[in-house]
Amino acid sequence: MARKTMIEAIRDAMDIMMERDGDVVVFGEDVGFFGGVFRCTQGLQAKYGKTRCFDAPISEAGIVGAAIGMAAYGLKPCVEIQFADYVYPAYDQIVSEAARLRYRSNGGFTCPIVVRMPTGGGIFGGQTHSQSPEALFTHVSGLKVVVPSNPHDAKGLLIAAIEDPDPVIFLEPKRLYNGPFDGHHDRPVTPWSKHDLGEVPDGHYTVPLGKAIKRREGKQLTILAYGTMVYVAEAAAEEHGIDAEIIDLRTLLPLDLETIVESVSKTGRCVIVHEATLTSGFGAELAALVQEHCFYKLEAPVARVTGWDTPYPHAQEWDYFPGPARVGRALAEALEG
Amino acid sequence: MSHDGPLGEFGPLSLHVPEPAVRHGGEPDFSNVNIPEAGSVRRPDVDSNPEDFRDLAFSIIRVLSRDGEAVGPWAGLLNDEQLIEGLRHMMTLRTFDARMQIAQRQGKTSFYMQHLGEEAVSCAFRKALSPGDMNFPTYRQAGLLIADDYPMVEMMCQIYSNERDPLKGRQLPIMYSSKEHGFFSISGNLATQYIQAVGWAMASAIKNDTKIAAGWIGDGSTAESDFHASLVFASTYKAPVVLNIVNNQWAISTFQGIARGGSGTFAARGLGFGIPALRVDGNDYLAVYAVAKWAIERARRNLGPTLVEYVTYRVGAHSTSDDPSAYRPKTESDAWPLGDPIVRLKNHLIGRGVWSEERHKQTEAEILDSVIAAQKEAEGHGTLHAGGKPSARDMFEGVYETMPPHLRRQRQEAGV
Ligand SMILES: Cc1ncc(C[n+]2csc(CCOP(=O)(O)OP(=O)(O)O)c2C)c(N)n1
Ligand SMILES: [Mg+2]
Repeated sequence: MARKTMIEAIRDAMDIMMERDGDVVVFGEDVGFFGGVFRCTQGLQAKYGKTRCFDAPISEAGIVGAAIGMAAYGLKPCVEIQFADYVYPAYDQIVSEAARLRYRSNGGFTCPIVVRMPTGGGIFGGQTHSQSPEALFTHVSGLKVVVPSNPHDAKGLLIAAIEDPDPVIFLEPKRLYNGPFDGHHDRPVTPWSKHDLGEVPDGHYTVPLGKAIKRREGKQLTILAYGTMVYVAEAAAEEHGIDAEIIDLRTLLPLDLETIVESVSKTGRCVIVHEATLTSGFGAELAALVQEHCFYKLEAPVARVTGWDTPYPHAQEWDYFPGPARVGRALAEALEG
Repeated sequence: MSHDGPLGEFGPLSLHVPEPAVRHGGEPDFSNVNIPEAGSVRRPDVDSNPEDFRDLAFSIIRVLSRDGEAVGPWAGLLNDEQLIEGLRHMMTLRTFDARMQIAQRQGKTSFYMQHLGEEAVSCAFRKALSPGDMNFPTYRQAGLLIADDYPMVEMMCQIYSNERDPLKGRQLPIMYSSKEHGFFSISGNLATQYIQAVGWAMASAIKNDTKIAAGWIGDGSTAESDFHASLVFASTYKAPVVLNIVNNQWAISTFQGIARGGSGTFAARGLGFGIPALRVDGNDYLAVYAVAKWAIERARRNLGPTLVEYVTYRVGAHSTSDDPSAYRPKTESDAWPLGDPIVRLKNHLIGRGVWSEERHKQTEAEILDSVIAAQKEAEGHGTLHAGGKPSARDMFEGVYETMPPHLRRQRQEAGV
């Protein structure tokens, strides 16, 4: 057991899987010699050789397309897209190919690939280093979508994703790489070395896909969150003195509906938070499910706090980002409603 | 998984993964870069049959000799005044970069990308274009703006995302946009705009206009599918476009061999598409200008697209988020055999008897003064975290021409 950053935890997961399974290969832009622009793959090429961890040409379509071909042969590629904002050239390969391969070949060919990518804002990265495109993937049948919120889960979920027989989109909230950012951008972030969830067990373990976790027990209302917004929600609830039950979804697809329904049925109120834009965001799916399954228990309308429906701006980052103040206001309103 | 391929007579397969000649800690080595003598590469007529000069995709067109003389068939296009102007543009870009690099370190902006060593490419190319032509640049062609006298204050206000930022704080620093200066809005997503340049050029042809377009891409980004789509469209429709590839040897930490693969040069990519391709010394202002002029004339005469590879070297870090000492020798840029574009043009002008070390120093000081003055003015309108800012209202504007009701509601909710 040791404290690790989320970057180290993710690297550890790949390291363990490459060690255990000669079929696991890792590649992407700047991933080989340098170890990735966020250093998630640092040292893997030196340890496993350049045919198991290597630099790819700048072609996201190529990276995912090649991964699909390797998977069809029998390998288990875990590839990196440098930023989620650059995944779109690969979208066709993911949507039309990876997601449907098992279905259309009746299991003759399968696609056990993991596509990792840093996601989310908070680093003044403007419109090309800040996006949260999870809903573009949850809308696609055949994909699994994972968003870890801490080093412990990141390692366990990534191992589970690599071992999974189907394609997994693995979104890494880059603002969490070094600590649990709670939206208070004017304060230093606690490093993972000082946070319990920075405790990462050695060796192989999994956090199962499809299982949410309660980050905080509470009675007054339920907050559904994932990634960075888990900590923003915690800060907002605390600052407003609200006894919120906070659920970290961890896997968006398949979704742990049971945990959600159990909680909302208990509290009768539900606030959904995500960084991605509002319209057709994953919050819409969550709100619909909560309405379908908890309608008679609801005491207030289901609320959503999200990024605005604009491209992610540069200078106005903190006007855009749904920080603790906005989330807190929504929590207070949900209690009145 | 087990190997269950047929037992063959050739033994097992193995994967080839290319490597640069040296990495950090090693001695820089460019012995594999074959550099022809200045003046030795012929200059075909603009309307000659591209089949007859396929070899130019594998050579390097150079004008400035080791002694700083302009030699060969590509020389003689620019007079003293134009050359001095070119020198000033490159010096301005370098000084601008140095100041903005420091401003980023001081926290006045979030991000910066410099051109160090590559100044000749965009500065000289701009001078070969005509008003009305359109560039589709990457983030490393600010010389197109500097050499077109775009106000430095405007550039800096964009970099600072301040109250005078022409892009209202929406876009990442250096992702400029200026229709008036023939500078298409930079996306940040690599290669997407190369094909748009071809489309723009096709439109000019559809409308029987006289304008041409220029697409820009880095060596690494030629791997994207959009690059190949661009070549197909340009070739099929003989679009009036110059397709520029700036080969600065590196794509962040990845050496150019990863994108180039088994093809000898990037220029050679054009040949398979039937697009004539030239390779040019990107650190030679005169050569860049001459080749740009040639390719632009070809487009303008409706003879079709030309692919141009500029052979240069990225002396600085990829961006302010990068540290190249982790992946290449620190002294590699000193060993780069094509030298420094500013030093080379300066020496040429001294050789011509129209420049001197003294005038150079004096010009350096003048330029620094003017860049600092622009910086003072820009900073008077704010920097990223201090002073005048674009408003949060600006964030909601410009998504559509007319703001739809849902956005108006959201703006209201935001209270701006
Ligand atoms: C579609 C896409 N993928 C990845 C990136 C991340 N990225 C930004 S610059 C860069 C390297 C580009 O290298 P090159 O094309 O050689 O241009 P240079 O930076 O050397 O001028 C990468 C991978 C991006 N911006 N867009
Ligand atoms: Mg490059």
